Parts: sequence; structure tokens; C-alpha cells
Amino acid sequence: MRPTLLLHTLGIALIGLLCAASVVAAAPTGGPGQVKLDRLASLFDAVSFDHAAHVEIAGDCASCHHHTTGDGAGGGRCARCHAQSPKSTVVACRDCHDADPFSAVQLERKADDRWQYHVDKPGLKAAYHWNCLGCHENSGGPTGCEDCHTRNAAGDAFYKSGAFAPKAAASASHH
Amino acid sequence: MSGISRRRFLAGSIAGCAATTLCGTQKALAAGSFTGYPEGMGVLVDLTRCIGCRSCEAACNKEQNLPAPAKPFDDMSVFDERFHGGTQMRRPDENAYTVVNRYEPEGGGKPVYRKVQCNHCNEPACLTSCFVNAYTKTQEGAVVYNPKICVGCRNCMIACPFNIPGYSYSSAFNPVVKKCIFCHETRLKNGRPPACVEICPQQALTFGKRKDMIKIAHQRILNEPGRYVDHLYGEKELGGTGWMYLSSVAFEQVGFDTTTGNEPIIANVKDFLGTVPMVLAIWPALFTGFHLLAKRKDGHGHDDDHAGDHSAAHGEEEDKS
Repeated sequence: MRPTLLLHTLGIALIGLLCAASVVAAAPTGGPGQVKLDRLASLFDAVSFDHAAHVEIAGDCASCHHHTTGDGAGGGRCARCHAQSPKSTVVACRDCHDADPFSAVQLERKADDRWQYHVDKPGLKAAYHWNCLGCHENSGGPTGCEDCHTRNAAGDAFYKSGAFAPKAAASASHH
Repeated sequence: MSGISRRRFLAGSIAGCAATTLCGTQKALAAGSFTGYPEGMGVLVDLTRCIGCRSCEAACNKEQNLPAPAKPFDDMSVFDERFHGGTQMRRPDENAYTVVNRYEPEGGGKPVYRKVQCNHCNEPACLTSCFVNAYTKTQEGAVVYNPKICVGCRNCMIACPFNIPGYSYSSAFNPVVKKCIFCHETRLKNGRPPACVEICPQQALTFGKRKDMIKIAHQRILNEPGRYVDHLYGEKELGGTGWMYLSSVAFEQVGFDTTTGNEPIIANVKDFLGTVPMVLAIWPALFTGFHLLAKRKDGHGHDDDHAGDHSAAHGEEEDKS
């Protein structure tokens, strides 16, 4: 029992070290080299985001990390309230953008916000897609779903594609 | 004496009928001014965000256990499909409660995608037209129907201003109407957003209370006036719909009917329908009254004869016994 536990502990420690290593192999700007985006992975595998490469393309952290590692929340409408606000310490998208923006809990929280600020904040999935797609469309980057996402078997079943594609054309639909 | 009491009886019955009918008419008028449940849910569809990935179609298919599609949901050739001599794009039917269509806006630019499904009207025309009361507007905002009650008459398909209800033509013995139900049974009534909203990668669909969706929509227009046409389709159209749309191009360019007006469909018929109980209740009594009044003069002198007839008949019966 004990040796097994020790092995497990060692294993976990090793995995931890490897993870740490992936962060150590970071971009010169201090951001992580690779970021695994797996919060919402179900129909597609987790996206391995090459953060270091994008740092080189974007140049400025604020291009993607608005309000955070970037230029604070001083611009435009935000300045009405946040002109004097200190720089946010939040860096990751998921720390502000909710994975379940329309759950009953979230809707209740929005309803309690009597000033109705930040009620139209995009969820995590939209934040990712707007950020990536917005830039890719303008800069000629890849924009197809599977250019970034590897669809798994669950995804094939969901989209009725690949092995789950319709065998023969079904009877014509009525319109 | 019998003449006076008969007159009183007739006058009383006519007054009674009129009172009942008037009350009934008022009720009918009150029903016409129903504007949906204030706490009902809605969805704000932002066409400027949709990228035409058809994930919502796939999610709907799975959630509602619909038959397999003719083409995979990642097959974008469906956007080129046209029906009725090339005039009509895809429409929801018994196999698909929602479809996405692609429009090329005038003057070039990026294509605009529009998701079509039941708009869940505040005052649904389908519900109004259904004579077996199969439709219900739930307090959560969904327009649902009971397929066990539906007799398959297809009145709702004609009544719907958005051409939404489909029909299970494939069913030989029990064809019923089929349409989007806002995922009411599996999600909405448990406080969860519909499957299409949840899957949307772009948050082109925003879910919440309808009244909040209206506020958010106008806020978006205010914040980015260059991005949007200054109109929220469905806020007022046809008495208001649960699903509402924001667009970057004129709504008629992306398949919306902009000639609907703001009156709900029921407003076209409620005045007429209000007269139906009046006709049914007052006319028989009124004309019976006229008839009896007209006959009264002729028959007045014969009252004794009637009494004589009656006693004579009575006498005969006695004889028989």
C-alpha cells in the first residue's frame, strides 16, 4: 500500500514538474509557451494554443489581453467608471468570462445587478472565438473550425459527419 | 295576465342574453390585449456574430431526437439549396426545427447568416388559429403544443406569419404539426437555455428574460451604431416575439418580412370573433321574441280556444284510460 502511494505521489510530482517545465519554456515576454484550452472540450479535443508564437505575431499583450496585462480599462465607455481603476491582476480569459453565461445562477446574478453593467459580457466560449476569429479574419489566419479544433468521435456523432455521415440521401424534405 | 307575464319573460331573457354576451365580448377583447408573460424568457439573435457553422442545427437535432439529416451538419453546401423554382431558401420542417441560411448582402461584403426557428410570439397566431387548443404560451415564454390534441388540420401553418410550423407528412396515420418548442420540456422549464444557444461558439444567441434582451439589444446599437441597423426585429412586430434579431444590413435583405406591422394576428379577427357570441346568443332570443310578438296579436283572442283544446285533449286521455 505504502510503496504504491509513494509511487503515485512521485508520479503526480513528475507530472507537476513536466507542467512546470512547459511554463518554464516560456516566451521571452514572461507569458506561457503553450496554453492548453480544455475548459470546454467535449466535441473537439482540447486546443493546444501556441502562446509564444502568438506573442511574436501580436507584439503587444494588450492586443488580446484587454484591461489586464495590457492597457487597463481606460478606453472608451469603460473610462466613465474605470479611468482611475488600477490595472487588473487577472490574466486568463476564464477568470472573467464565464463558461456557463446563461445558467440560472448567472442570469440571477445579472438580474441582481441593478445598474445593469457588464450584463452583456461574452461567455468564455465567445471570448475565445471572438478574440481568435476576429484577428484571424483580419490577418488572413485560418478560420475553419477544424483548423484549430480536432474533432473527436463524439463530435462526429454530433455533426453526423465522418463515420456517422448519412449513408444515402434521405427523402427530399418538404418546403 | 298570461300575455303580460310572457312579455316580461321575453324581455327578461333578452336582457339576460345581452348581458351575458356583452360580458363575453369584453373577455374576448381583454384576451386580445395580452402581451405575453412579463417574466418570460427570450433570445436575442445577433446576425453580426453568426458565422454559419450550423452547430445550432446539430444541437437541435440531438436535443429533440430528430431524424438523421440528409447531409452532415458540417456540410455547407446546404446554403446553396433553393426550393420552389429557386425562390425559397431552407425552412424548418418536421426533421429540422431550426435552419441557418446564408445571404449575400447588396453591395458585397461578408455574407450574413440568419438562423430561422419559431419566434415564440407574445400573442401567437398559431395558438389563435388552433380550434382544438393544442397550443400553449407557457409562462417561461415558449409556444408549445400538445401532439396528442393536435388533429393535423394545419390551420397554424397558414396562420403563422413566419411560416414556421412543419408537418409530419411522412406519418401516414397520425400526422401532426412539428416546430421548435424553445427546448421547453428538457431545458427551459428547468431554467436552462435551449440547446442551440448553449452550443453557439460565437454567442450569436443571447438568452435571458425577454425584457432584458430588449435592453441589451438597444445597448448594443447604442454602443456600436455603425455595426447595427437601428432596429430590433421582434420587439414590436406582430405584438412582439420572444426571439428578436439585430442585423448589420436592412432586414428585408436577409429574408425578414418587414411588412408585418405591429399588431398581433389576433387583432385581425378579434372584432369579428367578438360578434360571434353576440350573434349566437342574442339573435335566437331576439327573433324568437319578434316572432312571438308578431304572433301575439293573432293569437290573443284564441287563448280560450287553446284552453279548450287542452281540456279536450285531457278529456280524451281520460276517456282512453
